[in-house]
Amino acid sequence: MKVSELVKELDLVVFSGAEGLKREITGGYVSDLLSDVMGNSTEGDVWITLQTHRNVVAIASLKELACVLLVSSLAPEQNTAEHSNKEGIPVLGTTLSTFEIAGLLYQKIKSAK
Amino acid sequence: MIELRFILEGGDFDRAGTASSETKKILKQLNIDPRVIKHTVVALYEAEVNIAAHAYRGEVTITVSDHQIVAVLKDEGPGIADIKRAMLEGFSTASPKVREMGFGAGMGLPNMKKNADVLEVESTPGSGTTVKMIFDF
Repeated sequence: MKVSELVKELDLVVFSGAEGLKREITGGYVSDLLSDVMGNSTEGDVWITLQTHRNVVAIASLKELACVLLVSSLAPEQNTAEHSNKEGIPVLGTTLSTFEIAGLLYQKIKSAK
Repeated sequence: MIELRFILEGGDFDRAGTASSETKKILKQLNIDPRVIKHTVVALYEAEVNIAAHAYRGEVTITVSDHQIVAVLKDEGPGIADIKRAMLEGFSTASPKVREMGFGAGMGLPNMKKNADVLEVESTPGSGTTVKMIFDF
């Protein structure tokens, strides 16, 4: 499944990094602890978080994650969005809580496999 | 043999990750095993963040030779009083502000240990810390 398909299916907002919408999704990771994501996420994951600062994109890019998905109507900080455009890593948003969106993402990924 | 150098400023989280990102690009160009690149990037990023979170300034030197990558991060800062304790999962002396950003969970040094083939930490309290990591391939 591509990030663009997930955006359509879960009605997500694309804040930045639209160039990366063609990236392929292979899994998901939910965490607000950056070292946890750095140590334990996998390439191709959708990273669900409430952290909105620039380092989120730095980590997503270093770990080659598919995209960042911000929960509960949060929006990225300006330099986060700028860095996301530069790196081509989409930063997406949802009004749903972490629990709800993680459940939906899990179903989508499972049914796509 | 290739040598890369980066200067880091304490407290500058916006630039944290730059050395890791630049190093990753070079390692890819050198066709280093992607698994080795992944390990190097995780450990180097954590070490960079530690300097941003704790030190005043630091210098990173990356040396790539035929069979290994050596990363040395030397900082001027408060140093680490008890290295053994600092290595423990969950132990952190990070400020509340740093923790709010999602850092300072006491996972940095353990992540570095897991990903590097060799990790050496030397510190003089009141003066600074030097971290050396080796990644074999």
